[in-house]
Amino acid sequence: MSRRARWVVFWLGGLGVAVLFVLAVLRLPEFGGLVHPYRDLSVPAAMGRSSPNVVSSINFDQRALDTLGEETILLGSVVGAAALLRPSKDEKEQLAKEEGRVLEATKLLGYLLLPVTLILGADVVTHGHLTPGGGFQGGVVLATGLHLLYVAGSYRMLRRLRPVSWYEMAEAAGAGAFVVLGFVGLFLAGSFLANVLPWGTLGDLFSSGSVFALNVAVGAEVTSGVVVLLARFLAQALSVREVK
Amino acid sequence: MNPLLLVAFVLVAAGATVVVFTREPSRQAVTLGVYGILLTLLFVLLQAPDVALSQVAVGSAVVPLMVLLAVRKVRGGKR
Repeated sequence: MSRRARWVVFWLGGLGVAVLFVLAVLRLPEFGGLVHPYRDLSVPAAMGRSSPNVVSSINFDQRALDTLGEETILLGSVVGAAALLRPSKDEKEQLAKEEGRVLEATKLLGYLLLPVTLILGADVVTHGHLTPGGGFQGGVVLATGLHLLYVAGSYRMLRRLRPVSWYEMAEAAGAGAFVVLGFVGLFLAGSFLANVLPWGTLGDLFSSGSVFALNVAVGAEVTSGVVVLLARFLAQALSVREVK
Repeated sequence: MNPLLLVAFVLVAAGATVVVFTREPSRQAVTLGVYGILLTLLFVLLQAPDVALSQVAVGSAVVPLMVLLAVRKVRGGKR
């Protein structure tokens, strides 16, 4: 196809998308309107099952199956990326003898913030049904927080204190626990991922039934998944070398 | 629409444009990180703190880090 013809195809397609987009936007409900049918249904449902963070109630109770799908996508991407990033036949892991120096200020801040970040991450995971956040958000905070060991310390230290095989197992266990909880709901209440655990008192840490349990399972999976992913990337960038 | 929201929308659009027009991948990781924070701001203003939390952690920390590590690997042993 000549350059000219390609431009014609592009403009035809682009124009079509633009027309459809404008037509769609014109029929959208008004920005910040007052009519929210989904809100009117989901907020009472969330409150009735002791999870004041309605977003978590939707993610882990009302539409938990969708979340299982999302978690499986994450698991699949991590497994795929880890498989692609593993050292090939003519590559070997070899740690550099000398590592760059870290500024004292960076060290101080890093070591001060490491425990704070880990506690914050655990808090975000376990309070997912009460306050904004949940297993996914807290998991990413936990996983990135752990890498302060590398920022403030060294790559060797990170490797020593972060055994990747443990995280591989925790990732599988977290993803598995989600499915197991789904089957528990299926056998006890007749539908997959039904919220069968006691709902408890609105506002308590241990309340909201399976929303809390699923948040913890997802927290374990996401933490481990991101750690494994970053571990593979770090290894490729820092220690995997070609050997003849 | 409140004026703060309008500013946030404009900043997000401008930030995204800067990311697209940054050609050098290692620089793009930085602009992407900044764009992630602008997007987080917009989500907070739209009262979506759950999404904002995911966005700030994934969009301004994990993804730029992966890009930088990949760039370093692709460029080879030069340190």
